[in-house]
Order: sequence, then C-alpha cells, then structure tokens
Amino acid sequence: MASISVPGAIAGQPARSKANYLNASSGFLSWAFTLDHKRIGVMYLVGIFTAFLLGGLFALLVRTELLTPGPTITTHDWYNRFFTLHGAIMVFIVIIPGIPAALGNFALPIMIGAKDVAFPRLNLASFYMWVIGTLFAISTLAFGAVDTGWTFYTPYSTKYAFNGMIPVVAGAFILGFSSIFTGLNFIVTIHKLRAPGMGWFGLPLFLWSLYATALVQILATPVLGITLLLLLVERTLGVGFFNPELGGDPVLFQHFFWFYSHPAVYIMILPAMGVMSELISVFSHKHIFGYKFIAFSSVAIALLGFLVWGHHMFVSGQSNLVGMIFSAITFTIAVPSAIKVFNWLATMYKGSISLNSPMLYALSFMWIFGIGGLTGLFLGTMATDVHLHDTYFVVAHFHYVMAGTIFVLFGGIHYWWPKMTGKMFNEPLARLSCLLLFVGFNVTFFTQFMMGSHGMPRRYYNYPAQFQMYHQISSAGSYIMGLGVILMVGYLLHSLARGRKAPDNPWGGATFEWRTSSPPPVENFHEQPVVDDLYDYEKLFWDEQAGGYVRREVPDGAARPAH
Amino acid sequence: MMTSLAFLLIHLAQAAATTTAPAVTDLSTNLPIDNQGTVWMPSQASTTAHQIDALFHFILYLCVFFFVLIIGCMFYFMGVYRRRHPEQRALSNATHNTPLELAWSILPGFLLVIMFWWGFTVFLDVRTSPADGYAINVNAQQWSWSFGYPNGHEDNNLHVPVNTNILLTMNSADVLHSFYVPSFRVKMDVVPGRYTKTWFNANKTGEYMLLCAEYCGKQHSDMNAKVIVHPKEDFPVWLANADPLSRLTEEQLAEFKSNPDKFIKGHPELQGLEPPASLGRKLWDRKGCKTCHSLDGATNTGPTFKGVWGIQQPLRDGSSILVDENFVRDSILNPNKNVAKGYDAVMPTYQGRVKDREIDMIIAMLKSLSEKETKK
Amino acid sequence: MADAVSPQTAPADAAHGSQGHGAGGGDAHGHGHNPFLAHHFETMSQQFDSGKLGMWLFLGTEILLFGGLFCAYAIWRGNHPEIFHAGHQHLNKTLGAINTVVLLLSSFTMAWAVRCAQTSNRNGLILGLTLTLLGGFGFMGIKYFEYSEKIAHGYRPGKYYAPKHDAAHAATPAAAAGHAAAPAADAHAPAPAAAASDGHASGAQTAAAGSEHAATPPPAATPPAVAGGADAPKILPAAVAPGGLAAQPAGAGHGGEDTPNVHLYFSIYFCLTGLHGIHVLAGMTVIAWLLMRSVRGDFSSAYFDPVDLGGLYWHLVDLIWIYLFPLLYLID
Repeated sequence: MASISVPGAIAGQPARSKANYLNASSGFLSWAFTLDHKRIGVMYLVGIFTAFLLGGLFALLVRTELLTPGPTITTHDWYNRFFTLHGAIMVFIVIIPGIPAALGNFALPIMIGAKDVAFPRLNLASFYMWVIGTLFAISTLAFGAVDTGWTFYTPYSTKYAFNGMIPVVAGAFILGFSSIFTGLNFIVTIHKLRAPGMGWFGLPLFLWSLYATALVQILATPVLGITLLLLLVERTLGVGFFNPELGGDPVLFQHFFWFYSHPAVYIMILPAMGVMSELISVFSHKHIFGYKFIAFSSVAIALLGFLVWGHHMFVSGQSNLVGMIFSAITFTIAVPSAIKVFNWLATMYKGSISLNSPMLYALSFMWIFGIGGLTGLFLGTMATDVHLHDTYFVVAHFHYVMAGTIFVLFGGIHYWWPKMTGKMFNEPLARLSCLLLFVGFNVTFFTQFMMGSHGMPRRYYNYPAQFQMYHQISSAGSYIMGLGVILMVGYLLHSLARGRKAPDNPWGGATFEWRTSSPPPVENFHEQPVVDDLYDYEKLFWDEQAGGYVRREVPDGAARPAH
Repeated sequence: MMTSLAFLLIHLAQAAATTTAPAVTDLSTNLPIDNQGTVWMPSQASTTAHQIDALFHFILYLCVFFFVLIIGCMFYFMGVYRRRHPEQRALSNATHNTPLELAWSILPGFLLVIMFWWGFTVFLDVRTSPADGYAINVNAQQWSWSFGYPNGHEDNNLHVPVNTNILLTMNSADVLHSFYVPSFRVKMDVVPGRYTKTWFNANKTGEYMLLCAEYCGKQHSDMNAKVIVHPKEDFPVWLANADPLSRLTEEQLAEFKSNPDKFIKGHPELQGLEPPASLGRKLWDRKGCKTCHSLDGATNTGPTFKGVWGIQQPLRDGSSILVDENFVRDSILNPNKNVAKGYDAVMPTYQGRVKDREIDMIIAMLKSLSEKETKK
Repeated sequence: MADAVSPQTAPADAAHGSQGHGAGGGDAHGHGHNPFLAHHFETMSQQFDSGKLGMWLFLGTEILLFGGLFCAYAIWRGNHPEIFHAGHQHLNKTLGAINTVVLLLSSFTMAWAVRCAQTSNRNGLILGLTLTLLGGFGFMGIKYFEYSEKIAHGYRPGKYYAPKHDAAHAATPAAAAGHAAAPAADAHAPAPAAAASDGHASGAQTAAAGSEHAATPPPAATPPAVAGGADAPKILPAAVAPGGLAAQPAGAGHGGEDTPNVHLYFSIYFCLTGLHGIHVLAGMTVIAWLLMRSVRGDFSSAYFDPVDLGGLYWHLVDLIWIYLFPLLYLID
C-alpha cells in the first residue's frame, strides 16, 4: 500500500515515502473499517476527548449549582443526575480507556517495533464496543437520567432511581468488555510481537505499566460485568439478590462492585505512571533511574490492587478483623507508589531538564499525585476514615488521583501529538493552558479537603451555610480549569489546521516511535529499528535544520558511562 | 504556594464567617453552625474526638513533611538542572543505585506500620461499644431520621444527656443511609434488613449537626437533624415532657379526644399537651411525613395533605377511594396497597412505628387542613 | 481469535509437512507465504501462539465472569441453605445428567475434530464438527424442555415466581390422563418420556417426571415450599416483610414450615444456566462457522488455528457445565 517511493522530503532526514498512516487512504470508510492501531488510537482519542468535554460540562453544572446552598440553577433531581453522569462518564468512558486505549493503542506496537497489535480486528471491535457503550450510557439522559451516583449502590439502584438505570448499566457492561479486549490484545502483543532482541527489561516502562494495567483489566473487569448483569436482572426481574426484603444482601453488592472498582483505580493510574516514566526521562534527557524497581512496582501495584477493596467499607458494618486486613494491605500499596515517585525524582537529579509542555504536565502530576497519594493515607487509616468517609475529603482525594491521570493524559497527548498528527502545536499557549489547569485544579479541590474534614458530606445538593465559602472558591477554580480546557482545544485544532510540520523527533526521545517518521507509515517503520537501550540519550543530537533531534552513532572513544 | 494562598483565603473567610455568624441564618438546612472548629477539623464534642484528631494531625504533619521534601526537590532540580541550550547533556547517567532504592522502598514502611497500628487501635476504641449506656433506636428512611427512646417516644432530633455513653441500634426502612455527626467523629452506615450499631459519649452540651453521609436519593442532602446534648439533669425532664400523648391512660385519652381544650386546661401537669391537630402536625414533622407530603398544596414525592380529607381520591389503578379514617390508617400501615394516581409506590410502611393514638392525631390534622379550606 | 484469519479463500498448502501443534512448529520457514498469515505477523507459529495465548486469556476472563456468579451462589447458599435445599429438589436430575453426557460427548467429538484438522483429515474434521454441533443442539433442546417446564410451573426468577400447586394440577382436566400433568409441557412429551425412569421418587412434583406424578398423592412427600395450604407459595415482596423494623431481624427469613424466598434459588439457577446457555449458543455459532470453512477446505496441518481455538472455547463451555450440574442439581 505504502510503497510508492517519493524521494527526499525533510531536510536532514533520509529520503522516504511521503505516504503515512493518515494519508495512505482516505474517506470515512477507510477510517470506520481501519485495522490500523494508529487510526484506532486516534479515533479513541477523539471520542474520549469529546466525552471528556461532556463530563466536564456536567462537572461545571455541579459546581455552579453548589455556588449557593439550596437551589441555584437547578433542582435536586437534576443535580443528582449531573454528578452521576459526571462520575460515570469520567470513570467508565474517559479515564479507564483514556491512556491505554487512546495513547496505548497508538504507541504500544510502535514502541516494541511491531507492525500492529496482535488482533487488529478485536481492536476495532473494542473501539466500537466503546462507542456503543458510551451511546448507551449517554442515552440514559433520554430515559430520565440515572441518579444513583456512579457506584450504583443497591438497594437504591434496584428499587428506586429512574428507568435510565438500565441503559447506563448496560453501557457500563459493554464498556467493560471493550476494556477486557483491549487488555487481552495488549498482553498478547507484548508477549508475542516484540522486536527481535527486545527482552522484558528492554521494554519501555510505559509498556510495563500497560501490561500491568491489562492484567488488572482482564482479571477484574469480568467481575464487574457479572455484577452489573446481576444488577440488571435484579432490576428487571426483581430477583432480590441485593434486596433484604427478598433475602438478599445490599452490602454484598458493594463487595462485588469494589472488587472491580478498586483495581479500576489502578487501571486508571498505572498507565499514567507509565507515561510519567517516559516523560520524566525524555525531558530530563537522562537515563531513567531504577528501571527494575519501577517496572516491578507497576506489577506490585496491579496485584496488591486486588486485595484492598474492603477499605471502601470500613463504616458499612464489616467485621473489625476484615477491616484490619484490608487496612493493612492498603498501606502496603503505598510502597510501590512511593518507589515510583522517588525514582522519577532521582531521574531528574543531575539531568538536563527541558520544561516543555509535556514535562509541565508531568511535573504537575508529581504535585497532584503527591497530594492524592498522601491523602490516601488518611483514608486507609481506619480511625480517620470513619470521620472522613463519604465526605468531600474523599472527593478531593480521588480527584487528586484521577485528575492526575487526566494531567498525564494531556501530557501524553502533547508528547505524542507531533508523532500522531505530524504537526507541532503552539508551545507558549500549551504552557499557559497547563498553568491554568494546574491552578484551577488546586483551587477547586484543595478547598474540598478542608470542607471534607470539617464534615461536608459528598453528593449534597443542599448544604449547611458554613461551607458556602469553600464551595464558592471551589467553583471558581473549576471555571479556571474550564478556561484551560477551552484554550487547549483551541490551539490543538489550530495546530491541525496550520501547525508547523513536526520533525521526527522533536523532544529527543530514544524509544522506537521517535525513530520513524512523523506521522509514521502504515506499517510503522521504514526499516526495522535496532534494539538497544531505549533510555540512552547519548546518541541523540539536536539538529537545527530539522528542528528536532537526530541519532548519530557515538564514536567508541566518547564517554559512555557504563551501567 | 498556590495551595497556601487558598489556605490563607479560607482562613480569612472562616474568620469573617465566625464574626458574622449570627447574621448567617442557615435557612436551607436549619442546622446549627459550627464556629468552634480549627483549620482542619470541626469542634470536638465527644470523648473519642481527640483521639481521631491526634492521629489525623500526625498523618497530616507527616504528609506535609514528605510533600515539601518531594516537591522541594522537584523545584530545586527544575531550577538547578534546567536545560539552557539544546546540546546540554545530563550531568550523570546513573541508571540505578540498589542500596538507595532499597532504602527508600523499605524505610517508609516503618512509618506506614505506625500509622496502620495507631489507626487500628483507635478504630477499635471508637467502635467497641461500652458495656453499659443509654440505648436509643435509630430509624432512617428517605429522608428523615427518627430516634426511639426507651419510654416509647420518637423524635426526629437526637436528644442525649451529656457525659453518658449513648448506644445506638440503627435500621433503615428503605435504602442505605449513614449516621454522621462530624463533631463527634462518628459515622456508621444504616443498612436495610440488618441492625448496625454505634456509640458515642458527648462531652459538651450544645447543638450539633447530624447528617446522612451515604447517598440515598433525591433529597439525600436534606436528610439531617440536630443532636441536642442536654445537661445531665435536664435530660429526664425533656424526655418526660417530650411525648405527653403517650402518658395518657386510655380513659384520659378518650376524655382528651372528646374535648381537648377542656382536658388540657384540667391537666396542667401534662406539659406539652396540645390540641390533636397541632400534635398531628408535630408528628408530621417528626415521623418524616413532611419529606414527601406538604401541608400547603405543593406537589412532592407524595400527594399533599391539604384538602384531601373527605374527597374521593383517584388511585393509580383507575378506581377511587374515599379519604376517611380507614383509608388514612390503611395508607400509613400498608402504604402501597392503594397508591394515589400520579405517584409511585415508594412509601415505606409505618407498621410498628406509629401508635394508634398517633394516627388519630394525624387524622385530626388532616381534618383541620380541610376545614380551613372549606371555611375560606 | 478470528483476527488471525485473513479473509481470502485460497487453498491451504496442504503439502506442508510439519504438524506443528503447540510447541511452535516452524510452519512458515522458507517457502512462500501462507495465505492465512496476517500481515503483522512474521511467522505462522508466531500467529498461532498469539492466537492461543489470546484465547487462554479470554477463557480466563470467562472463568472469572462465571466465578463472580459462583461466588454469589456460594454466599447466598451460605446465608440461606434452606432455600437451596428446597429449590434444588425442583430440578430434574435425569435431564441434567443426560445433558452432562451430551456435552461431554460433544467435547470429545470436538477434540477429535481438532486432531483431524491437525492431520489434514478433512472428512474427519467435518464429521467431528457436525457431531459437536449436534451435541450443542441436543443440549439446548433438553435445556428448552427444562426451561419451559419450570416456566409453566411458575418456577420463574424474581417477581415472576409463582409456583402452581400440585393440587391445582390435579384439578386441571388435562391431569386426568395420568402423565403429562403440566399442561404447557405436554406438547414436548417425547423428551421427558425418554427420561421417564427417573429415580428420585420423593421429589415428585417435577412435572416432567409425569408418570409417577399422577399416582402419588401430592401433599405429604413434597418439599416445603410447595406443600403448604392454598395461600403459601406465592412469595412476593409485599407478603414477605412490610419492610419496617418489626419484620426481619437480620434479613433472614422467618423460619417456619414454608421456606421463604425460594425464588432466589430459581433466580440464580436461571442466571447461571442462562449465561451458560448463551455461551453454548456462541460456541455453536463458532462451530457452524468452522464447519463452513472446513467444507471450503481452509484447514490443514499448516493452518488449523481457528479449529484449535474454537475447540478450547467449547471445552470451557463444557467445563463450566461440569461445575454447574453438581452445584445446582446434585448438592443437597
């Protein structure tokens, strides 16, 4: 397909065909039925970003409603639907698939030197399942909208709520299978399609984290699937699995739900940690520090993540012994998370740090995840959790963690944007947008820690007036974030239309995707890249003419510190 | 820096709120405003609150220390190792340092163990009910609380004596709720189909907010109440006068019903006894009827009580039924037998929660609401 | 799974010698390009191994999917053993056993078909797949009888649970004819009749065991749920508990001679067997597709990945039933 050879185009780079995965074929159908992982990744990205805007809109509506206690812009019912839709969209549709399905799909096969993922059709099927699941979930608006919160706790979700329950739960079920198939595809791809000579410890750390994520996806998501199925059956047939009046147990649902949904938190954060390892190393122009510790900590987080779900139920009446075990395991998971942060810092130490926009997002993540991770300690500690559970403290905590993922998603989008689109974006505006998001985020959510510890419960439409000041500051912060997102959409669209042509390697990355053209050809490489240390930046030199970095072999005499 | 700015702003705002507290009437919730808290925690009003606060602050300072350390390093590196020209190379290419990495993997573990153990032991202290105490039953339902006292009185605010162990046995009539008193640092889920227990010992008199912390539907945020901590000697007095109706003998009750005004005048020792319609109104407030049924004709989750007495109420199945004593009684005890047209069968039963004489008072109130209507 | 297969129908190069099952037989060395090798794989064995790993992972997720239900089963059984005791007596062990045998046999024929594909024995492959498919139809057919009988008797899940009385049966005109007691079930008489020598004498009220049914007088021997007087069995939400405090101390039923909430058993029965049934149907679709392709002659020792993977899936479906049968039908 892409073999028409057109001689030399970009200065300083070898002569290559101009055909790439974007222009190799055109027309709607060429995208709708594409099996190319890069196009599927791009379609995911567009879809997920659109869903993010929708979820963000609901967030702004929630924050606006909370400007005053009592009615501000809407009613109890609509407020409850807004926060439910905000949560469900952000968790199931945006953050869980965000980095793996969009960025992972694009980058994973290139980073291991493969032509595609192992099962391209399954990959496309996953994408369409994501689309259908999303449409189902959003169609709930037409059926009166669901108001249970994204956790769907029984018996409220089975006895009350609205008719919108069925589409949204069915949607989450389908999205779950989309996620399972993506994970399955990634595991097989990483196992079987690595470039010859690439060992497990030669993998980029992003792929270790995607691998760990995929493990969680395929091990935990089926349980969510069956839980949602039981919920649907309970709601449609009134079977009473979770209804005490019929002999069922409402707390059992929480166990099932969190057995998936706590690992799901790691589905959300692990890929972000993987992207972090890439960003920190590339923009520090220094070899990643402690590769094996970072790699194994990903797997440790994935596995320990299965054993901590009960910490969501310290006040639901489970026995003290069970609570103690869950609390203890919860603390152990702090260790691998801390290992990563320390290793990133050590990578920056004595580096050569460029503060480009992807790096700014990565540094924002250090701040945000730092707070998110540390505040987790308050919640894993049983005694303090009693007071903080189900308050805004929890809301702030998981936003600091999950929005950390969003920051890295944005960092990753900026990082791979030149590779995906072949265009550069406006760097000063990108930095401004990052700053707005960072400031807005902290104003929004740091205040929520304080009202939470003062006892402000979550999911409150109406609240005691003493919390109004916090709520107003928080809402103001959310508007700043809104501005940042609008600005980002603006300059990214502008970049698509009139961005400067991107060089092959604008940032100085050493992984495989920076050794092919921007955008890459259909089968990813013009010539199979040679496997070497993917965090070795010694061979990369700035080329003014290309506006990016080029690889040159370092003469044997030159200083090459031994590992 | 940013965070500390927000922090400062909030502190100032809080100071301002404190001085203007009397002007801020919390109209939306009618809850007491807590002005006594610190920057991080609400006021302490129970014997266990200080234990939790001490642990909270221990973790807080530990977190602040590590956060400042990490972010301080980050900013320092950003400044010192900033790339100033595109050919600048890293000063070191160290790939790992196993002893260092082992050290920072293992050492924080000790702090975690301390945190865990401290948290667990305090949790046991907070959770383990003392052997003796004053028992109160808690009934939660969408969207009100009801507290049952040993003498049979039910109240929708929680009245307790100070410096006494209060043992709560809680049950929900419909969905999950959670009993939360921030000033006591007490929280426990209330689960339908089982009893959950919690306890506290309030050590300061005054009024505190009691909130539902587990999302329970439309008016979750309105499901609150006051905890009123009485001086020890005042509490029995309050309790004795709280429910005059229950103290009437059968003969007295008949007398009271036939001529309330005369009976009330004749029995000044029965403090708090009021005419049946106004007692009914109090029950409407106290038993949670008010969350779904208005008295002023407003539509809500359930039909309004205004002007329903004596009419033919259209039902969901197309028939209609006369609103009389039997129907009202039946609707309270078997609410989903006859559901009014245009409404859902969502009302929990009040079987065992409303006494016969109380139903009579509610009927009196319904009658009074219609009489006023017809007089106009 | 299906990804590994490119759509062309070019004849497989049957001349290829190596058997290459499992341990990475080096198919694609040297000569030519197997038409079924997808563009992004280097060798046939890489493609085969990828497919196999993918299928095993998928089977893992399937087991976890059912694992959730098994877990739910165990928890509810632990909480309410009496419900499960009462419920399981309504199942027809004979039909369950026949279905187990049918499924086991079909698993055997499937394994045989895979072997035939590996040895390029096209006729054997077609025969094996056909028999497997028939096994699937047999299983679903028997399941259909079981379901329609349960439904006719009112042993339906959740709020649709409304068991009809034996007494009521006796009163219906149809019952006069001796067997074929259940009005709705008698249209399918042959299958139950085949199973008529059913052993469990006391569990008489399963109507399909028709012959002895009419002979034994219903009440005494029947299990609690169906036994009680005219008012007993229909357990609906409103009847169980008025929801208030007074009703149920710990969510447990209120003992007594009637087992309350037996509908829970049928709910989980229908969930488990229904989900399994859906998997059987999916498996049958896959086998039908494999059959079509083997008739077309796609498979040979050089390329039999889909047959192998389809076989794995079918074995899983079988395996799950092996667990379902004792859990639902046998354990007392």
